[in-house]
Order: sequence, then C-alpha cells, then structure tokens
Amino acid sequence: MNIPAFESSMYLALVPEITLLVTALLVLLFDALWDEEKRRNLGWLTFGGVVLAMVLAFFIGQPGATPELVWGGMLRHDWLAFTFALIFLFGAAITALLGMDVSELGRRGEFYILLLVSTIGMMLMAASADVVMLFLAIETTSIPLYILAGFFRKDDKSTEAGFKYLLFGAMASSVMLYGFSLVYGFTGTTNLLAAAQGMAAQPLALSLGVLALLLVGFGFKISAFPLHFWAPDVYEGAPTPVAGFLSTASKAAGFAVLMRVFMTLFPVDSHYWTTLIAWISMFSMTVGNLLAINQKNIKRLLAFSSIAHAGYALVGFVAIDQLGINSVVFYLGAYLLTNLAAFGVAGIFWQVAGTDEIAAYAGLSRRKPWLALAMLAAFLSLAGMPPFAGFVAKVVVFLAAMQAGWTFLVIVGVLNSIIGLYYYLKVLNVVYHYRNEETENLPLPISAPQGIALVVLAIGILVVGFLFGPFFNLTSVAAAALF
Amino acid sequence: MIPLSWYLILSAALFSIGLYGVLARKNAIAILMGVELMLNAVNINLVAFWRYLDLKTVAGQAFALMVFAVAAAEVAVGLALIISVYRRRKTVAADELDLMKW
Repeated sequence: MNIPAFESSMYLALVPEITLLVTALLVLLFDALWDEEKRRNLGWLTFGGVVLAMVLAFFIGQPGATPELVWGGMLRHDWLAFTFALIFLFGAAITALLGMDVSELGRRGEFYILLLVSTIGMMLMAASADVVMLFLAIETTSIPLYILAGFFRKDDKSTEAGFKYLLFGAMASSVMLYGFSLVYGFTGTTNLLAAAQGMAAQPLALSLGVLALLLVGFGFKISAFPLHFWAPDVYEGAPTPVAGFLSTASKAAGFAVLMRVFMTLFPVDSHYWTTLIAWISMFSMTVGNLLAINQKNIKRLLAFSSIAHAGYALVGFVAIDQLGINSVVFYLGAYLLTNLAAFGVAGIFWQVAGTDEIAAYAGLSRRKPWLALAMLAAFLSLAGMPPFAGFVAKVVVFLAAMQAGWTFLVIVGVLNSIIGLYYYLKVLNVVYHYRNEETENLPLPISAPQGIALVVLAIGILVVGFLFGPFFNLTSVAAAALF
Repeated sequence: MIPLSWYLILSAALFSIGLYGVLARKNAIAILMGVELMLNAVNINLVAFWRYLDLKTVAGQAFALMVFAVAAAEVAVGLALIISVYRRRKTVAADELDLMKW
C-alpha cells in the first residue's frame, strides 16, 4: 500500500484535535493564573475553543470526496470521522456549559482539561485506520473519563462510580487488546485495511474468536448487553454533566469504532456476526427497558434507557448496508441531543433540590414551566414520539433493518419502544400531574450557560425532528465513506 | 529455536490467569494485578509475533511499547481512584462497595 509519509496538508485532518489541544493548554495556564472567582470562565474558554474547533473543522478541515490515509496510515480522513467529530465536539461544548455552575466541578480546570482530552481521543477513535492508533485513541478517551466519573472526591457515590468504571473498563480494554494482538499476529500488519485481507484468509473459528474479543471492548464502550452492568452504577454516581457526556459522546465513539472495525476487518464473515449483533441488540433493548420501569432515581432510569438505546442503534447496524450505517450515525446524533437535554435537566434539578429521586420532581411544571417543557421534549424524543428527533431516528433505524430483511428484530424493537413509552410517560406524569405544595413555590434558578445549553438542545431536538433532510444528507455521505 | 506456539500458549495461559483474577478476586488491588497480567500476555503475544513473523517492520515492538505506556497511565489513575475510595469507605473490596444497586 502506498501511503505518503508526510505532507503539510495532513495537518488539515487534525485541525479540530489541534484546536482542542491548544484550548486544553490555555485552560491549564489560566487555571493557574485566575483565582477561584474567575475560574468559572474556564467553562466559557472551553466552550469557545470547542466551537472554534467545530467552525475550523467545517471550513478548512473537511475531507475530500475520496477517503485518504494520513499520518503514515494511522488515521483515515473521511466523512465518517468528520461527522462523528462534529457530534463529539457538540457534546463536549454542551457538557462544558452544563458543568460550569456545578459546585466542585465548574471551577476546576481539571474538569475542562479531562473533557477536552477525552474528546480528542474520541475524534481519533472515529478516524483510526490502524490498530495501534485505535488502541491509543480508546485509552485516551477512557482514562480521562474514569477520572471524571470519580471527580467528586468527597462523595461516596462518585468515588464508587469512578472505581467501578475503571475496573470494568480496564478489564474490557485488556480483552480487546488481546484481540488486537491476535489481529497483528494473524495478519502481520497493524493497518486495518491490509489486515482485512489477512483475516479473510483465516479459518472462520479464528476470525470469530478475534471478533468476540474485540466485541468485549466495543460492547463495553457502547454499554450493550451483556456488558451493560457498569452503566447504571456509573451514571448514577458520576457528576450529572459527566454522566450525560458518557452516555452520548462516549457511546457514539464506541459505535464509530465498532462500525469501522467490523465493516473493514470482517466483511467476509458478516453473515455470522450480524446474527450475533442482532441478538445483542434484542437483549439490550429488552433488558434495558424492563429494568428501567421500576427505577426511582432519574439518572439510573436514564442509564437503563441508554442501554436500550444502544440496542435500538444496533438494529440499524445489523443491516450493514449503506442505509444501515447511515441510520446508526443519524440515530446517535439525535440521541446525543436528546439525552444531553435529559441529563441537563436532571443536573439543574439536582443542583437546587439535591436529589435525583423521580418522586421529588412532583410539581416541577408549576415550579419552573420552561424546565418542565425541556424535559417533556427530551423524554418524548427518547420515547420516539413525533415530531421530535427521536422519532425520525427510530424510523430510519427500523426502516434500514426492515429493508435488510430483519423483520423479527424490528418487531422486537417496536414492542420495546412501547415499553419505553410507558416509563418515560410515567416520569412526565410526575412532572405534570403530581402536586407538591411545599416545593412548588420555591425558586429554581437556571444559570445563563445552562439556559443556553438547554435552549440549543431543545431547538436541536425540534429542528432535527422537522427538518431532518440536511442532517440525513450529512450522515448518508458519512456512511458512504465505509463502502 | 523455541517454536512460536510455545510463546502463544504461555501468553494465552497468562491471559486466562489474569482474566480469572479479575473476575474472581474481590480486592481492587488484586483485580488491577489481574489486568496487568492480561496486558503482559498481550505484550508477549506482540513481541513473539513480531520476532517470528514480521521482522521487516517494527510495528509489533512499537505496539508493545505503547501498551507499556498506557498500562502505566491506567494503573496510575486506577490506584488514585482506589485511594480515593479507600479514604471515604475504608475498604477496597469490590463487593463491599455496593452503595448503588437496583
């Protein structure tokens, strides 16, 4: 394979990463210079840097029509990586805004630096074309997230969340790494595309064994059954903006890697592993939804719902054609908007009320109608109701699976959506119908950055729901890069 | 010369012992040690494959070096998180840390 060693144009592929790195260094600098009062502005600095990265990526970092390998074959500069980079950057920007006014979090430079570094890792994950780079990118993403999950050192739940996330994560990534070492051994190369030819020559049992090892690592990242059990504990304990980031951007990064590696490395055995993925998808949806029904804690409920949503996204992946990949990318984008809004509301409420219990949300519609309205949009979109983004996303995912002939899987998916609707509406019932005379008249202040974040997300949910055309075009160009 | 398969059997055994340790041990430090065994199995694999099959490039060696570096970073973060849990709860046994469950 002929890969140019170095050209200065290769920097264009790394524009957003470089921008984030510079932002992280600036945060480090100003963290030392500013006193406690001013340090809240680090959030604006981070937000500005991430938005700048998006703008620069959009105007000068766009990939060409044909995908190209850059940096000695380590990265692939294509539309899939680019689209995912925009998704991650958007998630990071919103998370920075939502985290700014959380005590013990928003005035700490470490929070923003870890957030930025982990976002850099995610963008590299989506672009990796080499197993060494892929491993490095996955760890660059995960290690900061372990720390972020355990960020509240004085909180029993948060330290426990970080602890569990680290132990499960280290185990899953070691198993995955063993799979990578076998890929290298069987094929004699670390480049994904070149390794694909080598893997095709291997006996079926060997390639499926490697696939199973890799699936442990990827399944952990996307929190799919049976590697989902860490998610509820970690989401419940982690600081709420971090939990939102984990459940959206980190999950999307896992999907990016899953799709790229499986489609590139194991195209010949796809008949076998799509069946496996279909089963994983069915179990993720069913287990996630059934366990979510009885949850009393909103973050735990959202955690089980996020396991179910990993299952819905996998429904699209099972199709493994262009529409299937397209639908997964679209689904992840819509889910990012929706779930960040849901976690954003939970974070704002927790900050004032000091609790995540769903029962405490009684009377919220009278206490703060706008916040309740944002919650309504987020939860109905999660449930897949029109005209919100979640509806369009579910339709395309099911459509893709239907066209590929997975009717049974789609039926399970639709039945699961009905279970989902039940517990999402149960929460909204508490918010809108229950009264709580004691707390109803208390103030519930929303700070400016949180307000901006929620408004952007709510508008996003509606815009993607009504005018999905341009977004769908972007994701279809992204999906085409894999074929 | 020792055949390649011996190294692979050694590494598979080491990996299995590590995985067993991770799944069976309750102490967080022991779990981290299990993870380290698994990572070392990966390194044996990488270096053995490189030596026997792929001497013309250094990909295998470079990969092994990356694994060292990342393992060190992971353990540093891991021990820090374990210490932060120990300070609050006075235990590092994974089954006693059950504040959150359904």
